[in-house]
Amino acid sequence: MPVAAGMSLPAFAELLERLLFTPGRAGKLALLRGWFDSQPDPERGIGLAALSGELRLRTAKPALLREMAAARTDPTLFALSYDYVGDLAETIALLWPEPEGLTGPPPALSQVVGALEAASRADIPGLIAGWLDALDAGGRLALIKLVTGGLRVGASGRLARLALAEWAGVEVGAVEEVWHGVAPPYEPLFLWLEGRGPRPDPAGAPVFRPLMLAHPLEEREAAALDPAEWCAEWKWDGIRVQITGGPGGARLWSRAGEDISAAFPEIVAAARFHAVLDGELVVLRGAEVAPFSDLQQRLNRKSVTARLQRDFPVAVRLYDMLFDGAEDLRGLPFAARRARLEAWFARSRPARMDLSPLIPFESMQELARLRAQARAAAIEGLMLKRRDSPYLAGRVKGLWWKWKRDPLTLDCVLMYAQRGHGKRSSFYSDYTFGVWKEGELVPVGKAYSGYTDEELAWLDRWIREHTVARFGPVREVEKTLVLEVAFDAAQRSRRHKSGFALRFPRIARIRRDKPAAEADGVEAVAALAAESGAAPR
Amino acid sequence: MPPHPETWLRVTEAGLWCEPGGFFVDPLRAVDRAVITHAHSDHARPGHRHVLATAETLALMRERLGEERAGGTQQALRYGEALEVNGVRLWLRPAGHVLGSAQVCLEWRGARVVVSGDYKRRPDPTCPPFEPERCDVFVTEATFALPVFRHPPAEQEIARLLRSVALFPERSHVIGCYALGKAQRLIALLRAAGWDRPIPLHGALARLCALYERLGVPLGPLPPATVAGKEKLAGAIVLAPPSAIADRWARRLAEPLPCLASGWMRVRQRAKQGGVELPLVISDHADWPELLATCEEVQAPEVWITHGREEALIHALGRRGVRGRALHLIGRAEEGE
Ligand SMILES: [Zn+2]
Ligand SMILES: [Zn+2]
Repeated sequence: MPVAAGMSLPAFAELLERLLFTPGRAGKLALLRGWFDSQPDPERGIGLAALSGELRLRTAKPALLREMAAARTDPTLFALSYDYVGDLAETIALLWPEPEGLTGPPPALSQVVGALEAASRADIPGLIAGWLDALDAGGRLALIKLVTGGLRVGASGRLARLALAEWAGVEVGAVEEVWHGVAPPYEPLFLWLEGRGPRPDPAGAPVFRPLMLAHPLEEREAAALDPAEWCAEWKWDGIRVQITGGPGGARLWSRAGEDISAAFPEIVAAARFHAVLDGELVVLRGAEVAPFSDLQQRLNRKSVTARLQRDFPVAVRLYDMLFDGAEDLRGLPFAARRARLEAWFARSRPARMDLSPLIPFESMQELARLRAQARAAAIEGLMLKRRDSPYLAGRVKGLWWKWKRDPLTLDCVLMYAQRGHGKRSSFYSDYTFGVWKEGELVPVGKAYSGYTDEELAWLDRWIREHTVARFGPVREVEKTLVLEVAFDAAQRSRRHKSGFALRFPRIARIRRDKPAAEADGVEAVAALAAESGAAPR
Repeated sequence: MPPHPETWLRVTEAGLWCEPGGFFVDPLRAVDRAVITHAHSDHARPGHRHVLATAETLALMRERLGEERAGGTQQALRYGEALEVNGVRLWLRPAGHVLGSAQVCLEWRGARVVVSGDYKRRPDPTCPPFEPERCDVFVTEATFALPVFRHPPAEQEIARLLRSVALFPERSHVIGCYALGKAQRLIALLRAAGWDRPIPLHGALARLCALYERLGVPLGPLPPATVAGKEKLAGAIVLAPPSAIADRWARRLAEPLPCLASGWMRVRQRAKQGGVELPLVISDHADWPELLATCEEVQAPEVWITHGREEALIHALGRRGVRGRALHLIGRAEEGE
């Protein structure tokens, strides 16, 4: 469905609204591909920049918009409307009086961006009013969000780039490699993806390189491995990151390629070298990796206070080296890269970084024993890397394995259920479960995975037939069904009434055979938490 | 001086009571004599001894309520045809809301009241358009009486739906809609937009669609959604009651994409409730500009508001020199429309 160039703002508004209402990732990707497909340059690129948070617009304050709307409406009706709608931008968009008679065609994104760039401060209200007059409610809301900088659509930059790669039929890694060498509206990027231009050159700009990921390993598969071919190291329970340092500056990237430098300035400050490194971001107290819950205090922040930096000191435990200076090491075998990493580390001794040690082992049995003994909260299990494996983007089978330690389990009682999203929206698929404490059930966690389709259907039916109360989308059920919950670690927490939180809880089994009275008590959780907290090895 | 309508058309517990005529308009419980504007359940209650309405409304009431409960005796009245009831002149004008919907016009000793029921001013291929009637008191609802409610052209919303179908050809678009009026209007709008494929229906919608067809509104092929296989439903547009679109019933569809057609979809917070992925702003009620324009056209110095957001409407009418009065009629649905 081609959309006329002049119509790009209404089309963009429709895209935004669809993204906001579409819960599934596949749906969002289809919407984004449709955008790249239907829009000409530079509109598609400006839209991409807006969605990736890379559009730098001179913005207007919400107060200005409010003033403009107030000057055009009855104050009583404005107040009643705002009261009903609840959101200022949406109220203004819905309320804005539509002029009678002919208005110009709705603006294109490029027109809005271009005009705002060229305008003097005094011209801005007139420009915005003219556009609002020419748009419908959806278009007005999109414009207001654009000019007030309030665009939040639940589509990350990574998702937009993934859609772009799917649309062009290339690996997302190829897009990531050039991404920081291009700028809105990305015309050279589109030309290249359409086979009409050369590959954009990322030059010295910091670039995220897609990470190499591991497959889970089963016990019996492990036994079949030849120990001589493999290196082992601990799988640390932090977040996987990439550090890039070079003439263009240093950056810290999440595993998905989001730039998280601003949240961890101390790491970026320490990256005064020319290299690309792969590692695990953890909170480190002395030599001891703190539980994941400590790291959580530092996640999802746009910036960070000195106090947080002091109370939750972060460091990167290094796994691998992708570039040494400008030299691309990714084609080398793991063992060679590891040697380069060790030599480089000995030379440059960067602050706030250390090496993830290799674990010596003679046989797979010995390794299995080490894994079984590791109970420290900061260790999730083992990583096995083939000595000869090159560094390849994504999850390539047979080269890297993650061998998680066996999960801990508890028998819990189902307490509440909530409907899921997207494909699961007709199923009660999110469960809150509890354990006994002084004769009463107290919630200890929530899980929304682990079950098979059949188990989900069975649970859904059971919940509907055993509901005792409803609160909005939540159903409270009879406290009679026991669920075996698997999880990676138990930690003390004030968030749950039980005093504990579980890490990665999932439903392992439905225990129809077990009476609720025989489910676990809070003492069992305490014992597991104490065990998870023990020192490594 | 003609008697002020306040003196002869009163709000009672059972609803709006025309004293000299001895009948109620859209009474809330079973009464002796009822005049019914249209067949929606909050206007057409069961068990009246005598019911007066358009032939279409009477037929719809029989289908919904059953012969027994749709009125002891039923009397059909054509639009524009006048009747004397104990000295009160009574006639009906189209309300443009759903098939058979009518405004009840009453005149007693030179004073005229129009009870509009529910109405809209947009074209609707399934029913005749609203006809304004000059009056001394205009009785209106105020469901969407806030300036934020301006329904876009329905054709534009249908075009958005069809764009989505083209973008997600493997999924079933399932539209939640009211069984009487909205469902048939949607089908007619889809047909007008060139959608001639079968439109599978939830069982709750089938009978009223069949009746519309018998009453002369062609809707095209409407197979039951229950019998088609999942593969057949890929790419289909399916209609169902709002309660079914995100519940167990929808599992039979191919990756259902839940849509909801309602005037409330104009406001995001309302639309976000209930897992709707494609909100369609299509309403059978007057929006804010239509409410104001209609009040002006009928030239009534006084407007009575049955239910809805009366505060905003009374304020806006006051600024135009029209006296607004809230009747606070209970029992009117906030339109599960
Ligand atoms: Zn109605
Ligand atoms: Zn109604």
